[in-house]
Amino acid sequence: MATLTDVKSEAKSLEANPPQPAPALSNDEILRYSRHLIMPEVGMEGQQKLKAAKVLCIGAGGLGSPLALYLTAAGVGTLGIVDFDVVDYTNLQRQIIHTTADVGRKKLDSAAEKLKAINPFLNLRTFDTKLTSANALELFREFDIVADGTDNFPTRYLVNDACVLTGKPNVYGSIFRFEGQASVFATEGGPCYRCLYPEPPPPGLVPSCAEGGVLGILPGLVGVIQATETIKLILGQGDSLVGRLLLVDALGMKFRELKLRKNPDCPICGTHRTISALIDYDQFCGIRGQEEPVSGGNLSELSVEELKKKLDAKADIFILDVREPHEYQICNLNGYLIPLGDLPKRVAELDSSREIVAHCKMGGRSAKAVAFLKQAGFTKVHNLTGGITAWAERIDPKMPKY
Amino acid sequence: MGRLCVPDPNFQLHLLAYHSILIYMPKIQIPSPLRQYSGKQSSVDVTAKTVAEALAGLVAQHPDLKRHLFADDGKLRAFVNVYVNDEDMRYLQKEATALKDGDTISIVPSIAGGCEPQRSKLPFTTHL
Repeated sequence: MATLTDVKSEAKSLEANPPQPAPALSNDEILRYSRHLIMPEVGMEGQQKLKAAKVLCIGAGGLGSPLALYLTAAGVGTLGIVDFDVVDYTNLQRQIIHTTADVGRKKLDSAAEKLKAINPFLNLRTFDTKLTSANALELFREFDIVADGTDNFPTRYLVNDACVLTGKPNVYGSIFRFEGQASVFATEGGPCYRCLYPEPPPPGLVPSCAEGGVLGILPGLVGVIQATETIKLILGQGDSLVGRLLLVDALGMKFRELKLRKNPDCPICGTHRTISALIDYDQFCGIRGQEEPVSGGNLSELSVEELKKKLDAKADIFILDVREPHEYQICNLNGYLIPLGDLPKRVAELDSSREIVAHCKMGGRSAKAVAFLKQAGFTKVHNLTGGITAWAERIDPKMPKY
Repeated sequence: MGRLCVPDPNFQLHLLAYHSILIYMPKIQIPSPLRQYSGKQSSVDVTAKTVAEALAGLVAQHPDLKRHLFADDGKLRAFVNVYVNDEDMRYLQKEATALKDGDTISIVPSIAGGCEPQRSKLPFTTHL
């Protein structure tokens, strides 16, 4: 029989080895999780698995909001969140963990408040940092499962590679406009993100959500799928998305799935691995190569102040707006609208003898338009640095920003 | 109970006639990031016997799609995956994969959204 001292020393050894299974549930927890406990697929054993589980959520944004909320409510014992961002007004349309009063606060602080309010039994660990090649492996080793709610290709590849190298499943979700993708990568024997996409697209070719937009409910739909997969992995129940890519089309309300195979030539999880450590993901995704053209600094850039001066002086300026028609409806500079994609076939509508100032929302698309027009022989063409957003910020504060 | 299914005696003949024509009209699903280059269409019908012919037919109908799907050397870009029904063509006969009537080709590019731009840290990755 165990004496009191024996029990104490046993408790101490448990603390030293935290991943021990079957932590006991208190009566309060039993009541809280009763709808789980009466299901044979979860039961007492499953709920204890959830309590013992440690899940790391990358990002507290669109996907991270529903993920963290549901995992917390479901009784996942330890939840880590990595985020360095601050809540802004454009987040609120979809990042449901944050409220209007949280604008300007750190997302981590805002999220922590909501999660603790939902479930005081949660052991929340917040990491106020950008996930990098220098910290990812150490961080991932402290968790059982990683849920990827990031927003850019370098971090996607970083999360994937760090999951493969540490042997942690990567519960993946990604969204754009009305469409989403979900899968589970990097399980033992299963494919990884690089098996699906060996290389990222060059910067600028695939529009970001800031440019392309995203339906506010879509991260809810996809984030909840990620939460579901995470909980199934913890419980060891059901058929996970390992080896399947789920495609969600919210506009058609269609769910399709594609087969995913482990690529034998995959550089990180294939038979002849060429990647055995984390790399420079910004470089891998070609970010640095793109710095030059978009950051400007060349002679054809025009600031919003310079444009204002020219317009006030009634200079002969032709303003070319290369955004989409629905963006024009939000706000405009009374420019001539030709969406960037239509420019090649509509270039004849422009008069190359006039001074042209091209603009878009932030200056990226119009930089491409200027490059195209210069190639087409236009010489008096400028890019409005910072786009209409800079105009709204520095010239016309009444103009809406989007 | 279930209705009796009477086999069509001419079924084999129909099938033969059908195959001798060899005009297959696979449907190509266009993902939303690329629809701005396909005249906003979510799917495009082409006439083709192989994946290569289907993709060639697609860019012939929508030339703006070409640089998004193919690199300058004419090879399909590495971040664009092509599926025939639910199977990745890389594990079939790649571009030479034969098509049947009713096949659906899906173009599945990588998307990264989570979703918000990392404006402060990576100003040049987003908002183009």
